[in-house]
Amino acid sequence: MRRILPFVAATLLVSAPAFAQADLGGVWAPLMHEDQPERGPGPEIGDYLGLPITDAMRLRAESWDASILTVPEHQCKPHPSTYGFRGVGNLRITNEIDPDTQQVTKIFTHIGWQEQEREIWMDGRPHPPDFAPHTWQGFSTGHWEGNVLVVETDHLKAGWIRRNGLALTDKAHMTERFFRHGDVLTHVYIIEDPYYLSEPLIKTNGFRLTTDLTMAPYPCASVVEVVREDGEVPHHLPGKNPFIGSFATKHNVPAEAASGGAETALPEYMKKLKR
Amino acid sequence: MKFSMSSRALGVVCTVAIALFMGTAGRAQQGRAGGAAPAQGRQGGAAPAGRQGGAQQNFDNIEVRSLHVQGQVWMINAGFVNAAIQVGDEGVLVVDTLVEPLADKFLAEIRKIAGNKPIRNIINTHVHPDHTGGNEKIARAGKSIVGGNFAGQVGQQAANQAQIFAHENVQLRMSQPGPNEPMIPFAAWPTDTYIEAQKDIYFNGEGIELLHQPNAHTDGDTVVYFRKSDVIVTGDVYVNTTLPVINTQQGGNLNGIIKALNTIIRITIPKEKQEGGTYVIPGHGRLVDEADVVEYRDMSTIIRDRFQDAVKRGQTLDQVKAARLVRDYEGRYGATQGFWTTDAFVEAAYKSLSQPQAVTRSN
Repeated sequence: MRRILPFVAATLLVSAPAFAQADLGGVWAPLMHEDQPERGPGPEIGDYLGLPITDAMRLRAESWDASILTVPEHQCKPHPSTYGFRGVGNLRITNEIDPDTQQVTKIFTHIGWQEQEREIWMDGRPHPPDFAPHTWQGFSTGHWEGNVLVVETDHLKAGWIRRNGLALTDKAHMTERFFRHGDVLTHVYIIEDPYYLSEPLIKTNGFRLTTDLTMAPYPCASVVEVVREDGEVPHHLPGKNPFIGSFATKHNVPAEAASGGAETALPEYMKKLKR
Repeated sequence: MKFSMSSRALGVVCTVAIALFMGTAGRAQQGRAGGAAPAQGRQGGAAPAGRQGGAQQNFDNIEVRSLHVQGQVWMINAGFVNAAIQVGDEGVLVVDTLVEPLADKFLAEIRKIAGNKPIRNIINTHVHPDHTGGNEKIARAGKSIVGGNFAGQVGQQAANQAQIFAHENVQLRMSQPGPNEPMIPFAAWPTDTYIEAQKDIYFNGEGIELLHQPNAHTDGDTVVYFRKSDVIVTGDVYVNTTLPVINTQQGGNLNGIIKALNTIIRITIPKEKQEGGTYVIPGHGRLVDEADVVEYRDMSTIIRDRFQDAVKRGQTLDQVKAARLVRDYEGRYGATQGFWTTDAFVEAAYKSLSQPQAVTRSN
């Protein structure tokens, strides 16, 4: 008995759950509210308002031609984790639990469109070495700060933050915070990119817990949609994109503001424009 | 995929690599990879310091690491440059041999993975000393199977080293170095060259394609495709640390690099959702799959089209430089110092598109 008691005590200590942790498990439907035009139908070409993009990212975006999405190698790309939660798909979160310790060792997130399957490691493992492959969802590790799940992600493929050519390099890094308030989940993400963002990009997404959603499979096979010369890459030459100015014109926004930059996110920028 | 090092050791290596190659502060994963090439390592072939690089660069702190890619193929990474090995029942096949001062560490890593299996074959993806510097030492650590008429001609001693395969132009450049290029010891030369578009080898139960990429990084580039393992080793026709490295002095051309990238994309098949499936080991940089090569191909093509437009409009090199036509990519892939700067790329790309194809030694 004397031997068993310390063993039991040790077991209790090891397996003691962190009571502050929230269970994020379930199927969540996106709440888009005022972001619906951007997240649903998609952003307009040339709309970079309020985004802390660099000159390099601006040129990259202005060169982007939506026809690139018809190129077979581009057709089955899923959204990267730097955009997926912003998209329109439903979100399923499941936990992997160690049967011995009853601790959550891994959290999976799955978003329906193009089956964005993601693993968030909760066991404190290190991130892979610099020469390991990068993936669309990246390599994610999580920890709890109270009842908030904090996730750090790197090893991302070159992705995007918007569906209008605003790209990210493969050196981007993302920090996320998941807050659960009853049936509402708030997802905050902070993206840093040393080349395409002059400041961290911070956005929030809302989700509501639901019980009547199912996840369908999303198979994808690329096909030739447009016959092109081998290796042709659709794009616009610098200064030759005819669609760039249309957003500013349509919404009566100064072209300078539409072209984005960290300054355009601040209220003071309105005053500057008026001057 | 299994990594051969502890995270602590990797951290040390990362720190060393950053200090050596980037010269900039900041997050390890976000540094300017490729910002500044080492004195002799990542070079376009014009740097004559190649084989003497050990005297200029301290390689003591560089660790040779490995990563099991899939099937029978391992990626070998020495921080600034990559190689690969295929290991099976018949022995070891090596693709590229790193720089000479790292040959012992490379051999140690091979022994860690393959035990005492004999090194039978070496393939050189191209002539440059960061990919061929270890030829002599690694070949001499290996053994060939020699017999028949060949043994009669060259003697049984030919069995005392591994065979070295390469495109004919690699041997030509090694055996007839240019005025500013070092002499390469005979033992480091390829022993088995090819002149056709494709040479096939069957080793360790798998077909291996050696695909010549004419006038790409140089005039003697080979892309190696392990058909069963489903892994491609590209040499320097694909790197993900810098803008495309075009050695115009040795027959390189931007259009050739783009053609080679499209060849790689034609071979690769993603497993699902444009991810996984065929893996690609670049000459420099991290392990990738098709989507990463597509990103690089798109960049190279977009830049090529901009340059072509400028050349068509009669712009001079100075005007093209002033227009900063690669400014959307130069942060990630460009450099202001080291061997392969953004300016060096712009000059080579402009030359590629504005002048007739450089004279090459291709057949």
